[in-house]
Amino acid sequence: MTRILAWQIGLGAAILAAWEWGVRAALLDPFFVSRPGAIAGRVAEWTMSGAIWAHLAVTLEEAVLGLIIGGVLGIGLGFILARSSFAARVADPYIKMLNAVPRVVLAPLFLLWFGLGIWSKVALAVTLVFFVMFFNTYQGVRDADRVLIDNVRMLGASERQLVRHVLVPSALTWIFSSLQTSLGFAMVGAVVGEYLGSARGLGYVISQAEGTFDTTGVFAGMFVLAVVVVIVSAGVTRVERYLLRWKSS
Amino acid sequence: MIHLDDVSRTFGTPDGGSYRALDRISFSIAAGTFCAIVGPSGCGKSTLLNIMAGLIPPSSGALRVGGAELTGVNRRATYMFQQDALLPWKDVRDNVALGLTLAGVARAEAHARADAWLERVGLTAFRRHFPSQLSGGMRKRVTMAQNWIIDRDVLLMDEPFSALDIHTRQRMEAELLGLWESSGEAPRGGAADTRLDESRTGRKTIVFVTHDLEEALALADRVIVLSAGPASRVVSDHVVAIARPRDLLELRTQPGFLDLYRTVWADLRDEVIKSQREAHG
Repeated sequence: MTRILAWQIGLGAAILAAWEWGVRAALLDPFFVSRPGAIAGRVAEWTMSGAIWAHLAVTLEEAVLGLIIGGVLGIGLGFILARSSFAARVADPYIKMLNAVPRVVLAPLFLLWFGLGIWSKVALAVTLVFFVMFFNTYQGVRDADRVLIDNVRMLGASERQLVRHVLVPSALTWIFSSLQTSLGFAMVGAVVGEYLGSARGLGYVISQAEGTFDTTGVFAGMFVLAVVVVIVSAGVTRVERYLLRWKSS
Repeated sequence: MIHLDDVSRTFGTPDGGSYRALDRISFSIAAGTFCAIVGPSGCGKSTLLNIMAGLIPPSSGALRVGGAELTGVNRRATYMFQQDALLPWKDVRDNVALGLTLAGVARAEAHARADAWLERVGLTAFRRHFPSQLSGGMRKRVTMAQNWIIDRDVLLMDEPFSALDIHTRQRMEAELLGLWESSGEAPRGGAADTRLDESRTGRKTIVFVTHDLEEALALADRVIVLSAGPASRVVSDHVVAIARPRDLLELRTQPGFLDLYRTVWADLRDEVIKSQREAHG
């Protein structure tokens, strides 16, 4: 474990060192790729001044709202369609069509519908999270072990109890396994939304930097985003490990 | 307790045809009897058990349980499946208590009763473990407790021990018999007990499906032999007149047991040969 960590740190350090050296040796042009030292300086400056926290809070708020709303809708519809094969067949082509729409195309529409505030970004995150949650719930319910269902039926379960004791837990294992993906998508939705039109958030910070050819600002924004996602993922992994602790010994 | 009258079952096949699994099966099982059903692989034993469980309806014929026509899931029976059927996300105690929880028994009481059962099957120390942390034999014991705790009249068993190694299996068979033989008096003769449909006062009625004749004879009061599929029927029906309680370790070498084994095997052997011919074209 510590060996892996050492290698992980080593790999990152080597890449950063090569990058820094490349710029200093004039092999790379800092106008295009900036420089790790400068990026670190910018991140430090942002955190010291506190300017980044407000943007970060907005982005996280949008992502979490997107995750919750997309999750509720996706899990809800996944359940309904998994329990009714008639409804599933009717809805099938529409779900495929909607899932094939590139979300970026929707962003301007959402801006038009929901305005420049957080809700247009939430909506974008929802369209991404929804399908991941939907497909996993659908699979999870459909995949529920036949023998478990029969056994619980024999032990006296009503339809509602069957859902509660077998179908929901079975679907939850799928949903939790996809939570990392959903979380990443929620962040992507929020940031892309901000990038395309907003006055706050990490996406806004990055787009402002790009507007002034400030590559250091762009990389610093990406770095903050990456660090946040890694931290949140680690939290999700812990929750997941606790909730799915029954899986293996 | 259970009456089958001309029960048949046909399944649709993927190519649009139909497959007749069971053909006009009729027999009755008296309350408190341990009845084994043997037959070659693919003879529809599990289908027959699923029909008795009410999990699938018969295509034709009638099935009565405790005097009433069976519609939907059989509420007077529990079912021990061949595969593991414990809920992997519930710990051992919650699994044992499941039937009580479903019936609306308060959590504290359900847990207390589950604990009592766990003590009976020797798993008190494992009550907070998850099924994935137990051995195959332990999981079967949890399943037995889960089935026994709600005390239904009928216990259906579909090759419950076939996945276990031979020694664990013999121990589980002994534990099963121990539970069953101590669960009440055997039905006595006499006017009161000739009514098959009265509610059970003593032992459970057990229907035990297996392909292992030795296991069937060691455990059961009665062994029904099914013919090779398709269109399985009842070939023969034997009474196993071996006194109880039985010593399973000694039983198999006794002359009476071997004679009976020979008699029933004569019926079963022909069916096994037929099923093998079927399987290998």
